[in-house]
Amino acid sequence: MKVDRRSFLGLGLGAVAGIAISPVGAKLTDDSSIWTQNWPWTPVPPDGKISYDQSVCTLCPGTCGIKVRKIDDRPVKIEGRDAFPVNYGGACLHGIAGTQYLYDPSRVKTPLKKNNGRFEPISWEEAISLVAKRLGKIRENQSPDTLACITDTDQGSVAGLFRHFMAAFGSPNHVTMQTLESWLALTAQTLHGSGHTLGFDLDHADFILSFGAGFIEGWGSPVAFFKANAGRRKRDAKLYQIEPRLSTTAAAADRWIPINPGTQADLAMAMCGILLQENLFDPEFAAGFRGGLNRFNAMVKQKYPLEQVAAITGISAADIKKTALAFAKAKMPVAIPGKGRGDGAQSLKEFAAVHTLNCLTGNINKKGGTFVKPVHNYLAFPDPVQDTVAKKGSTRKKIAASVQELVTKVNQSDPPVVDTLFVYNANPCYTLNEPGQAVKAFEKIPFVVSFSSFMDETALSSDMILPVSTFLERFEDVPSKAGLASSVVGLARPVVDPVFDTRSPGDALIRLAKACGGTMAQSFEWDNYETCLKNVVPGIWGALYKKGYAQILQDPPTGRVETDFAFLADNPPTISPQGEFDLVLVPIDNMRVLSTVPASSPFAIKTVSDRVIKNKDIFVEINPQTAKGLKNGGFVTLTTPAGSATVRLDFNEGIMPGVIGMVKGLGHWFDNKYVAGKGVNVNELISPVIEPGSGLDAAFGIKARISKA
Amino acid sequence: MVIDLDKCTGCGSCTVSCMAENNIPFKEDESNKKDSLTWMRIYKITNGKSFPDTETVYLPRPCQHCGGKGDHGHSPCVTVCPATATDYGYDTGIVSQIYTRCFGCRYCMAACPYHARYFNWWDPVWPEGMEKYLSPNVSPRMRGVVEKCSFCYHRYQLAREQAYYNETDEIPEDAYQTACTTACPAGAIIFGDLNNPSHKIHQVVKPDPHPDPLNQDVVRKSRNPKVFRLLERLGTNPKVYYISEREWIRKVGDSYLDGEWEKVKNHYGSASHD
Repeated sequence: MKVDRRSFLGLGLGAVAGIAISPVGAKLTDDSSIWTQNWPWTPVPPDGKISYDQSVCTLCPGTCGIKVRKIDDRPVKIEGRDAFPVNYGGACLHGIAGTQYLYDPSRVKTPLKKNNGRFEPISWEEAISLVAKRLGKIRENQSPDTLACITDTDQGSVAGLFRHFMAAFGSPNHVTMQTLESWLALTAQTLHGSGHTLGFDLDHADFILSFGAGFIEGWGSPVAFFKANAGRRKRDAKLYQIEPRLSTTAAAADRWIPINPGTQADLAMAMCGILLQENLFDPEFAAGFRGGLNRFNAMVKQKYPLEQVAAITGISAADIKKTALAFAKAKMPVAIPGKGRGDGAQSLKEFAAVHTLNCLTGNINKKGGTFVKPVHNYLAFPDPVQDTVAKKGSTRKKIAASVQELVTKVNQSDPPVVDTLFVYNANPCYTLNEPGQAVKAFEKIPFVVSFSSFMDETALSSDMILPVSTFLERFEDVPSKAGLASSVVGLARPVVDPVFDTRSPGDALIRLAKACGGTMAQSFEWDNYETCLKNVVPGIWGALYKKGYAQILQDPPTGRVETDFAFLADNPPTISPQGEFDLVLVPIDNMRVLSTVPASSPFAIKTVSDRVIKNKDIFVEINPQTAKGLKNGGFVTLTTPAGSATVRLDFNEGIMPGVIGMVKGLGHWFDNKYVAGKGVNVNELISPVIEPGSGLDAAFGIKARISKA
Repeated sequence: MVIDLDKCTGCGSCTVSCMAENNIPFKEDESNKKDSLTWMRIYKITNGKSFPDTETVYLPRPCQHCGGKGDHGHSPCVTVCPATATDYGYDTGIVSQIYTRCFGCRYCMAACPYHARYFNWWDPVWPEGMEKYLSPNVSPRMRGVVEKCSFCYHRYQLAREQAYYNETDEIPEDAYQTACTTACPAGAIIFGDLNNPSHKIHQVVKPDPHPDPLNQDVVRKSRNPKVFRLLERLGTNPKVYYISEREWIRKVGDSYLDGEWEKVKNHYGSASHD
């Protein structure tokens, strides 16, 4: 066939018309639009019935009431509970991110036993019987005191169960981590006698003198104190913040008073002296002073003259005096101790000196003041049943008074003084200063059992892990602590069935005791933790279960308390940063980074500034004056007597010249790509220094130097 | 929405609450803030002075839900969107984002003066099992689309359904609150209907019913001398206001030439010209 012009055009037009009319084109377009809008790999969250469960968050000592929104049986969102007498609605970022912890990649999903350095899954029955066998052997050897136990706190029924277990077993070696609450209790014990703790009514105080307490950065009960700060302007309450760097609290304060790191105790002593010498103390309250107020006065006068303290602290004498007078003349002044979050290494001298300021003003046990609260033990554990082995063991001397000391003792002894160690909800292999020492001690202890929800540093250093349910999966009583004025117990309750093969720590202990048999089993007659809890909180279980919380102290304490000045009158030494270098490295507590157990959630790490973490590198804050000749953002080697690390510089006008600040809570080395492997653990750069008065680590900072990397 | 910068502690609760509420994913490395999806981002601002006179403040920044010049609904992002994937709601004043319509040209991101919009460079991936906490009220987004704060529009829809069920037109103030507002532990965020005199936000902001005499494009300027908006003089008319007692913070909200601030700092709406 000949293709002429006419047929060519005809064919062409026909083709065009055909394509235009044919449904193929439209169909293809339609199909492609449908197919390009299919994303089978993006999840479609299933719909369901909405319900709300009420519980309590236990991620930090804050004791906030939470409300969990659920779709069918899936928890999808955590919010603050409005009618809870600590946080009254509102929650912090870590609590809100709580649902992430349920499915965290580093969760321990089943009991694990270490064989030749590798963890292998075993069943609960096997795990319990292995531990029981080990414990049986210790008792056969008549040395029950070689079982030691580390818990995060000594409060609440879970810690109570561990204590009960140790007592029934016959070991006095139960030690706890240092928290703000433990420091406050120790301070109250030193000044007012044992059985007391301190609470601060920051909601009503009209002058808050904070010695570095980051009370809007995680100090104490974060949400409650955020609220106290938010109401401050309205009631015209002043906040003076004394610390070496412009923290968020300092930025929100009416005055930021930069102070040389580690000299807060000296400043507080000098201020006590001003109050005494200017006769600005409360005579009525002074009637309760014991142990040598005059001796204390004379000592302060002699050892802390204003000019000398001004030189030590870097604050002018006039400024010290002005601040002390403003504090003394306020109607409802409160001085708060505890640098940063107030946990870990702190100084008893500093706590005591700061609280003495409160005592001198007489604003104690009054609205807008400091409450010296009796530690109300609402728990009624039965007496443990002890056999002869246990009786003998429990009269033996305690190996150590603190976790730090236990670590030291283990590393110094051969064979180690501890045969078997229980660790619950604590991560000493990360949170202690020089955590490498703890790792070494854990390696040395023949058998370490970690009761942990997450595969953190301590779990990794253990020989067996008993996986514990998270706070959303179990019951627990949660007493308010950490500087709160109120005394409330909240009830955390399971809002979801355990996601993995985990148990409540109480259940694990009860089963273990039963497996041990004999008097151990007799001491743990409860069927499970829930019945145990019901039995040990007899007075308040009804309220706890119905309302989700119970007030254990209806009204805050009133009236005078006796104050004993003996400890301070002896002028214990101030622990200053150790070492030979010119600069001082201080840890920074950042609200968005958790520094103890658990580690931060992926959401929390996501919010961290790119001036704290960039890629995998950590920044340190430094004043541009200090970093002459170095580049903002540049890499340097940071060296302290404890070690060295490569870090980047963040030029920051909000830090004193000569001071370097590094955020605490980073540099984890467990397996979780969202959270771990970022930055440096500042604890690794700081060596512990034991404070003579308390026997506890007081090293908040260390001397350091930087050099070009 | 109004955010009290004097109460804000920069704790990050609003950001995390937003991420949990709106199924915002996370990646291994979130330190590149340009590709980190944070509908509510918190900026840290300093007054630029040297030690010891430095001051800092945190400024949370959700989508500003601009009404555009004269508040006629021509928001910077809406006017440039070729796909009509983002639209101005004349009934609510909320700027919407329809993910399935968006084809990822990112014109809106270029147009937004507040960097409030984020592009999904990757498909979201949750660690195994973690997708169980996702909320069915907000669809997870896919690679190649832009997303941003919606003022928790799904919460508005729920409140509206509830109101319909209750046979009323009125949505009570507490029935519709965004996730960041309810989360804020400091109570720094107030949310409500700016035009409803009974709502707290109206009482705090006191929006000027008349256009700004200095700039006719600006409407609903706050008559509260402590309140300001970001880049207010652009005439984008954001629906997010900020409060601060401190003058330097209010000045940070816009860029001023030398001497300009002095002229406008005591100007707060038509009333101050009476």
